Amino acid sequence: MTLSRRTLLKSTAAATVFSTIGLPSLAAIDELVIAYNVTLPSWDPTVGPSAVNPTLQGYYLSVFDLFIPQNPDLSFGSGIVTDYGWTDDNTKIFLDVRDGVTWHNGDPLTAEDVAWSLQRAANPDTGNPIQFIWGKISNITVDGSRVTADVVEFEPTIFKWMSFLTGYVMPKKYYEEVGAEGFEAAPIGSGPYKVERFERNAFVRLVANEDYWGGAPDFKTVTIKFVTDAASRVAEVESGNSHVTLEVPYEEYDRLREQSGIEGTASPISDIGMIFLNDIEIMQDPNVRKAAAHAIDKQLIIDRLLSGYGIAIDTLQTPDYIAFDPSIEVPYDPELAKSLLAESGYGPDNPARFTIQTTRGFKPKDYEMIQAVVGLWRRVGIEAEIEVYEIAKHFELRAADQLAPAAFYNWGNSVGDPTTSTGFAMFGPSPHSVWDGEDTFNKILPLWGEADEAKRIAGWKDVDRSIAENAEVIPLLQYVQPILHASGVRVTPHRSGALLPHLMTRA
Amino acid sequence: MIFLRALLTRLLTMAITLFGVAVVVFFLIRVVPGNPIAMMLPPGATEEDIARLQALYGFDKSLLQQFLIWSGDVLRGDFGTSISLRQPVSELVLGRLPATLELSLFALLIAIALGGLMAFLGTLYRHSAAEAAVDVTTGTALSVPDFLWALVLILLFGVLWPVFSISGRVSPSQAFEFTTDFYIIEAFLRLRFDVVAHLLSRSFMPALALAIPLAAIIAQLLKQSLKETMHLDYVTLARTKGYSETWVILREALPNAVLPTLTLIGVQFTFLIGGTVIIERLFSYEGLGNMAIDAVINRDLPLIQGIVILFAALFTVINLVVDMLYVVLNPKLRHA
Repeated sequence: MTLSRRTLLKSTAAATVFSTIGLPSLAAIDELVIAYNVTLPSWDPTVGPSAVNPTLQGYYLSVFDLFIPQNPDLSFGSGIVTDYGWTDDNTKIFLDVRDGVTWHNGDPLTAEDVAWSLQRAANPDTGNPIQFIWGKISNITVDGSRVTADVVEFEPTIFKWMSFLTGYVMPKKYYEEVGAEGFEAAPIGSGPYKVERFERNAFVRLVANEDYWGGAPDFKTVTIKFVTDAASRVAEVESGNSHVTLEVPYEEYDRLREQSGIEGTASPISDIGMIFLNDIEIMQDPNVRKAAAHAIDKQLIIDRLLSGYGIAIDTLQTPDYIAFDPSIEVPYDPELAKSLLAESGYGPDNPARFTIQTTRGFKPKDYEMIQAVVGLWRRVGIEAEIEVYEIAKHFELRAADQLAPAAFYNWGNSVGDPTTSTGFAMFGPSPHSVWDGEDTFNKILPLWGEADEAKRIAGWKDVDRSIAENAEVIPLLQYVQPILHASGVRVTPHRSGALLPHLMTRA
Repeated sequence: MIFLRALLTRLLTMAITLFGVAVVVFFLIRVVPGNPIAMMLPPGATEEDIARLQALYGFDKSLLQQFLIWSGDVLRGDFGTSISLRQPVSELVLGRLPATLELSLFALLIAIALGGLMAFLGTLYRHSAAEAAVDVTTGTALSVPDFLWALVLILLFGVLWPVFSISGRVSPSQAFEFTTDFYIIEAFLRLRFDVVAHLLSRSFMPALALAIPLAAIIAQLLKQSLKETMHLDYVTLARTKGYSETWVILREALPNAVLPTLTLIGVQFTFLIGGTVIIERLFSYEGLGNMAIDAVINRDLPLIQGIVILFAALFTVINLVVDMLYVVLNPKLRHA
């Protein structure tokens, strides 16, 4: 083969261009690059709106430790707090703090840090959105490695909240030295990764915490890029610019995981899709509600619209949740739906009419699913008009109890307790509930403070059964989270939906 | 004197425009459904909690009171605190503005270069197949919106032939410590041309996506102006003196033909900046546009207000500069 002068010049120019702009590395992965679907607005995981945003917990869990960690299957583990419990009379709680843990700056993590974190969370002035839970303990004291606190109001789920939103251990000494602004600029935690660099709205670069109490992570450097557009995330993985991404359209997931060098993991997460029923207007008629529930073929919707990625549910508990009861079923039965409607005088010639609200593009195929639901309803004699709204309007209407008779929404509950699913979604006084029925209110009310755990869970199952029988809400499906990753990476999905780099290893 | 009077008049108009924008944006985003307080309510929030949050962000007052407080603060340079980011709005928007400005200017330069080249070629080879090719190319470029160009570019040069970065303004592995938010300009002034090349390569794809439609507009208008100018006597005279066609186009025809294009570029540049909202999102570019989308999704009212006011100020300043530049460049107006 002869090499002409022109070919040589072209090759040299191309090599120069490539070396300047950089091609994605095809060699073994040294630095893990993740294309994440949400940007990180704030580093303090205990205050402000970000602290209660479930989609941001993946960032926080990489840098900070929860009081009590949650395993990938949502079971509770041993972490900074190694043992915990109530006194026999439920008037005090205790937490035993792990020895030998250090903060990212090398300072020792002590029981003082845990106590201070709890005190800070309980203080209304700090702006912790879950203060209503943390405020149920007080007089927090330290004795060696044990933290104890008085119970102001018995809260059966308080230890679960220590694995949930805002339940993070914060560095007392460092935070008091640098203040809130200093902490935002240079956050430290005790988690598996340290923050090396943070470009707001662009990326965060993490380096492994080699002294992590749970063992140093496999990837020593991780860059998490904020790629909010789904098409761009697909391109990131397809081009090799990122090794891992999540929340891509199911069709793209199926296409890309067939490609050489890309693999996929699709696992159920704790998010569910549901239709709120507001007990106003026509929804005060139980026959209409029940007909609406029985007319929906959930599995058909999952198969046709979500490429089979989803699990049909009939209560607000997914199979992973502690109060899940498989015996509660609301089967697809269009004939039953027709007869229920007929009892109330409705039918194809005189359809039951109401509005259903939905987001469009907020969750995968949300609008399309509601279109399908409306189509199924039409077959039995329900004419629903779809109203598309933004998620911000949904929150506003829900808080004001002004949702339409039916409204699609998704609900996350990684802690898996019935209080944080059925409880907040169906208890009338909650700002997140639009169901005002007294029966359900009276059934739920005593469960908030029930000390007997078995009795408490049994009580919630009863509530779920009653809700299902009366069709006070229409649960649709448990979501499955698609994760695409390079073949060189092994990804362990977490049921909470958080994509955690310390659970990733070299394949 | 006339120039100064015109400048003062424009500055006064600018102030009135900005006040109008402030009024519209303040009241409009409060009429649009979506309450930021409702979005941040914790599960167990009580009526007292809701009232406390509303008071904290000043939403417990009447709209007029809120507006008076806000506009008073703005006059003192305080645009409030972002609800979602919990930082001063002025710091946030001014911190992001340089990224958007650099991207927009880069796009403008590409558009001028591409558009100018197409116009030149179309004029040089007028009445031939080459001119038809230029017309088809510009027509195609113009008929596809910038966000679609962005997706095409991502697919072509990000996926199929991955030679350009498709996300972010700066590579996470880039160790250069910037002291300002004008990364490209700073790297250039500090003579770090390797960093300049890196930054330009990162911005090239979004800038090209923004530039393509504007380049087509420039090409069409400039070619038309050039073709008209090529028939004028002084151009014919230059041609009879034996100058080459290239020389005649660039030295004789272009200076007169470029004025209408210049005005158009000024107007279109503001549209180009507006286009950064979507383009920055698609390329995960950390500019003002990307921040604007997050602000709207989160109903971060103070941040939305700050971004809109800044965009409005930017647009009016650009229009002012273009108008003044036009006066300077146009001898008829300069000596009027």
